[in-house]
Amino acid sequence: MPEEGRPCDIPGVLEKETLSEADFLSLLSESALPFLESMAQKARELTIRHFGRVISLYAPLYLSNYCDNECLYCGFNRKNMIRRKTLSLEELKREAGQIRGMGIQHLLLLTGDSRSHSPLSYIQECVGFLKTIFSSISVEIYPLETEEYRQLAACGVDGLTLYQETYDEKLYAALHVSGPKRDYRFRLEGPERGCRAGLRQVNIGALLGLGDLRREIFFLGRHARWLQHCYPDVETGISLPRLKRHEGIVFEGRTVSDREFVQMMLALRLFLPQGPLAISTREPYDFRRRLIGLGVTRMSAGSSTQVGGYGSGEKTEGQFEIQDKSSVEDIKRMIAEKGYQAVLKDWQPL
Amino acid sequence: MNDPLIIAGTQIRSRFFLGTGKFSSYPLMRDSIEASGAHVVTVALRRIDPTQEQENILGFIPKGCLVMVNTSGARNAEEAVRIAHLGRAMGCGPWVKIEVIADQRYLLPDNAETIKAARQLASEGFVVMPYMNPDLSDAKRLQDAGVASVMPLGAPIGTNKGVLTRDMIRILVESLNVPVIVDAGIGRPSHAAEAMELGAAAVLSNTAVAVSPDPAATARAFALAVEAGRLAYRAGISPSRDNPEASSPLTGFLH
Repeated sequence: MPEEGRPCDIPGVLEKETLSEADFLSLLSESALPFLESMAQKARELTIRHFGRVISLYAPLYLSNYCDNECLYCGFNRKNMIRRKTLSLEELKREAGQIRGMGIQHLLLLTGDSRSHSPLSYIQECVGFLKTIFSSISVEIYPLETEEYRQLAACGVDGLTLYQETYDEKLYAALHVSGPKRDYRFRLEGPERGCRAGLRQVNIGALLGLGDLRREIFFLGRHARWLQHCYPDVETGISLPRLKRHEGIVFEGRTVSDREFVQMMLALRLFLPQGPLAISTREPYDFRRRLIGLGVTRMSAGSSTQVGGYGSGEKTEGQFEIQDKSSVEDIKRMIAEKGYQAVLKDWQPL
Repeated sequence: MNDPLIIAGTQIRSRFFLGTGKFSSYPLMRDSIEASGAHVVTVALRRIDPTQEQENILGFIPKGCLVMVNTSGARNAEEAVRIAHLGRAMGCGPWVKIEVIADQRYLLPDNAETIKAARQLASEGFVVMPYMNPDLSDAKRLQDAGVASVMPLGAPIGTNKGVLTRDMIRILVESLNVPVIVDAGIGRPSHAAEAMELGAAAVLSNTAVAVSPDPAATARAFALAVEAGRLAYRAGISPSRDNPEASSPLTGFLH
């Protein structure tokens, strides 16, 4: 355990095969900053060993941006006077066709947090169609009960993405002013309910820039390891979304520097060598390019965060601003130039 | 030397089997298969994309290779059976490597579910090769189920630690009638040779080749090591000992 006033033994930690939580804390601390290159070397070696020289690609599809919550860091905040929309099945088909046309096979389906505008029955209906053209479907929607997750799994959903946003309960209460999302615990336990329901993958994350960065990553890592321990048959992955300024965002948080971001990512990779790590198009092209080989295993590509953003007709404002607007083909090329292969299909619906 | 490996009536040209995951490109994978002379290659069904003409992994498997679909991603027997059925429906043939892994952290096989899947698939006419934890009772159950070989792990997948299970592998080789093919954990050509010296019928490698700086050269090195290990086994080279011994400490007085 790192003790106050005593330097952490980072080279010693880097020699270990399995890291304790205390080791993880050491890697998250400022004492690890002079060892970033050594951490990167080990993260790269572990990632290649466990995942190979491949990066899986996926794309998000926003079904609806109606939201019942008032989250101060989100463009979909119900108080924001933006155009709201839920895709009709016809629009969904056009959006899906566009995404599939880009070569994408793994889809992440998103809605705002509104059971009235995007009820489970609607999501099931959408999945029922999408599973006929995509290899794998994950959802990033409001947290559900176990039985509801079971229904989604039964209709063809493989994965669940659910970010806690912040693991600081007080800050969570302050940032989620009104709406169902105020229930910290129900959200926190959502990934576990998904695991119990038989989903194949869960992906958790904290929105970097909201709370104290090192604390957030520490609890995120613990959360992931705990899920891995309790549900070993489920693939537990991590996303690292960084809060970016955007229209309609009240709470701007603090800027997480590239250096801090990389340290957090490397520490997570070393603590959880087998966990997939996803980086979205919130991050710019050049930064994403540099992150390949440091632990990233999944990337979104060709993304839109607008409802109807792939060209099905009228579109809304996006949830956040896309920094990397490259096409799927450009991302595939970039990945190949880095000596990796872009994998578009990594599951077969059973 | 006449030493053919025959599985399910097929004479296998090389005792080095190669997995096709984790490569940085399909052309590099193809070059590695060619350089090694591997006859049997495993392909994860989850990666096969029949909708892609240019980027379909099967298009990069050299002609003459025997494609064995693996059930990567299966968490229980039922899923493994479904994946095998899908593979056959895609035209991948009857050879299937059963992988049932209910532990995403260590990627260790679930022998009980593997046995269930093996029983069903073997009864349906598949040529079944199960990836397993080297347990003698389970290996015998698999043999009784009608598998074409068993594929015990040398060490956990991707660890490159070599034949950590050497005593168990040796016991399987001595006890089973079906070929024992060492799979997983083989990190270096010398590990592959060691497995063959123990009497394994073949060795399957993937990670060590795919992520090496020069996969084609590494694949070739593995294939040669497998051949050397087989020759050593056939020649009856005595096993190494941890401690040197005097030649006749107990009976030397008789000379």
